[in-house]
Amino acid sequence: MNVIVYLIPVAFGLGALGLGAFLWSVNSDQYDDLDGAAHRILDQTDKPL
Amino acid sequence: MSDLFLTSDPGCPSGLAPPETSLASDFSAFVRQKDGLNTITLSVRGTKCGGCLSKIERTLKALNGVQSARMNLSNGKLSITWVSPSDANQIAESVRALGYGVSAFSEDKTAQSVKSEERGLLISMGVAAFALANIMLLSVSVWGGHGEMGEDTRQALHAISGLIAFPVLGFSGRHFFKSAFTALRHGHANMDVPISLALVLAFGVSIWETATGGAHAYFDASVMLLFFLLIGRFLDARLRRQAHAAAHDLAALQNRSVQRQRSGGLIEAVRADAIAQGDIILLAAGERAVVDLKITDGVSGIDESLVTGESLPRIIGRGETLYAGSLNLDHPLQGQALGSTSDSLLSEIGAMLEAGEQKKARYRQIADKAVALYVPFVHATAALAFLAWLSLGASIHQAVLVAVSTLIITCPCALALAAPVAQVVAAGQLFRHGIYLRSGDALERLAEVDHLVLDKTGTLTLGTPALISEHGDELYLAAQLARASRHPLSRALVLAAGPGPLAERTTEHAGLGLEGYIDGKWFRLGAADWVGAPESEAIGGPSLWFAGEGTPPTHFRFEDQLHADAVQSLEALKQLGLDIEILSGDRRDAVAQVARRLSIQDWRATVTPNGKAARLEALQKAGKHVLMVGDGLNDAGALALAHASLAPGGAMDISQSASDAVYAGGLSSIRTVLSVSKRTKSLMLQNFGLAAAYNCIAVPIAVTGHVTPLIAAIAMSASSLIVTLNALRLNRRGSE
Repeated sequence: MNVIVYLIPVAFGLGALGLGAFLWSVNSDQYDDLDGAAHRILDQTDKPL
Repeated sequence: MSDLFLTSDPGCPSGLAPPETSLASDFSAFVRQKDGLNTITLSVRGTKCGGCLSKIERTLKALNGVQSARMNLSNGKLSITWVSPSDANQIAESVRALGYGVSAFSEDKTAQSVKSEERGLLISMGVAAFALANIMLLSVSVWGGHGEMGEDTRQALHAISGLIAFPVLGFSGRHFFKSAFTALRHGHANMDVPISLALVLAFGVSIWETATGGAHAYFDASVMLLFFLLIGRFLDARLRRQAHAAAHDLAALQNRSVQRQRSGGLIEAVRADAIAQGDIILLAAGERAVVDLKITDGVSGIDESLVTGESLPRIIGRGETLYAGSLNLDHPLQGQALGSTSDSLLSEIGAMLEAGEQKKARYRQIADKAVALYVPFVHATAALAFLAWLSLGASIHQAVLVAVSTLIITCPCALALAAPVAQVVAAGQLFRHGIYLRSGDALERLAEVDHLVLDKTGTLTLGTPALISEHGDELYLAAQLARASRHPLSRALVLAAGPGPLAERTTEHAGLGLEGYIDGKWFRLGAADWVGAPESEAIGGPSLWFAGEGTPPTHFRFEDQLHADAVQSLEALKQLGLDIEILSGDRRDAVAQVARRLSIQDWRATVTPNGKAARLEALQKAGKHVLMVGDGLNDAGALALAHASLAPGGAMDISQSASDAVYAGGLSSIRTVLSVSKRTKSLMLQNFGLAAAYNCIAVPIAVTGHVTPLIAAIAMSASSLIVTLNALRLNRRGSE
């Protein structure tokens, strides 16, 4: 059972990673224009990588 | 009197629709400057797809000096950053040249605060979801390991849960604690009081249980509660933000710059909100006044239909007051801004608006009534359970646990979701019909309406007259003169005649009419005595006379046009059993004619803004629930006082902000609003019924001491889910 000493922090860390990603997406205005984002992905003017 | 030659008018080439927006809009007044960079936000209309998006962005980026252009397709905002040599008007013009409507957009403070509130709630929700997932991970192990898990392990898992829950409760729970604290300080209870109490008690008892090695900790329940409650709060905030943005957008269509004369005689373009009392303002022909003005120079015809409801122009001259919202028709005017002095119409209406706001604040929503019943009931039950267990010989520890679990499981989760979810679904449905709800609770008031009061000009009628008499060649001759004028009757004449040439040497004389030469012959168009026609038979409705060398006087008769769907919509509303009346500031004969065409018996004409408000008060005193529909400044007071109110999209922004919803479609929207609000109200009542039924089952389980954290978690999420699913039924029935 000692394995939970590692597993719980790992689970917690993964969750925190997700939360961090969510907070970043909210704070960088990524939910402001959901319609535009749906169309932008089809815009072919971007140069190839 | 100055003559104005309008031959250089930049109007529509066909002469059918002289552009109003391009005349007085100087976009440079809306530019924000920072570190040598210019930024402007434009409201773009008519963007529908990704093609529009890339077309606009690419065109703008190709302009000299433009550094970034980003179009938001969801709300139609286009923000551009550039350095000189490009200027704001050039940028706006290039968007317009692409075939889109452009107006300057300035974000108001309310929008920003609502937006940051919504964002705060979203972040709180995300944090609560994170905590809930982690605590559930631990809780499920505790529940699953029941009987096998060692006491130390269980205590450790509880302690970790508590460590996660504590900061989250403080962070995400602050929305409820703050609101509950404010309510308590003012000596009354709102729904946040029992919520906060349940959150704090659940957390407190769980800490105690953890510390003393007890079997049950409610950290999961308290965070789950928080998460569900935040969903309701977030939906509510988003609804309010969207409604506000939609209404603000409609008002932004009228965003214009104003020409202000500086002390040196220099004329600059400034934003309307930058005008101070005493500023000298120039009002060009075709421009709408944004502040009250005392005219210092010039004589011109003005269209006051948005201010007083009067559908025909009035002549205004030096020393007279021009109210904000009036349209200057033919000659340039100069005036001094009056600000909000006590004799202005705006301040009078402002007082009425305030009275209306207070009245609406006193309206008790269904949710408020539910809380008033719920709070004493639940708290009394918990207290009785505590005493009963104590008197039956239980320990204080056991009795407290039962009481707290009662409070947790009856926490108004479903109750807090019941109203917002139904309102959000209804608002979404109205949104698709072009109706923008300003607040969710307006639906409840709209559902109670039994009496309909309609304004005439701009609401029932288009506010623009149409030619009704039949004519031959005179019409085409008269139209050659009329093309030089912005007078509503001239425009109606041009519209009837279609495209054609302009007469030579046309001059317009305020209050009289036009004169000019066609093929070398002299003609006049205007009032009867100006033309030299006999002041004759009193035929109702506005009219124009046309005469000239070798042409006897011709009489053109006009009629205020009804909205295309007016007759049909009014018929449908009558079938709903509503009492309908017209309350207008316009002349008697104009109102009587409209009432006759719509077969409405009950009408009142030449009513002042105060008169409208008084009529509304009288109706409310008689126990009527009045729905007021109006667009003018003169309706604003009545809109605010009415039980519920609607404003068309073209209304003055003061009227829009005084009303509960703004509609962009025709009059059929009134019926849509009423039927959706009725369905929403019944759904909300159903939801409260479901929440009550849930409590009927939950309370006995709790007071008999059978609640475990597992049962609490299942019961709470089930009740929230049922209420949400029930509200979503509104969508399904609406689409049928």
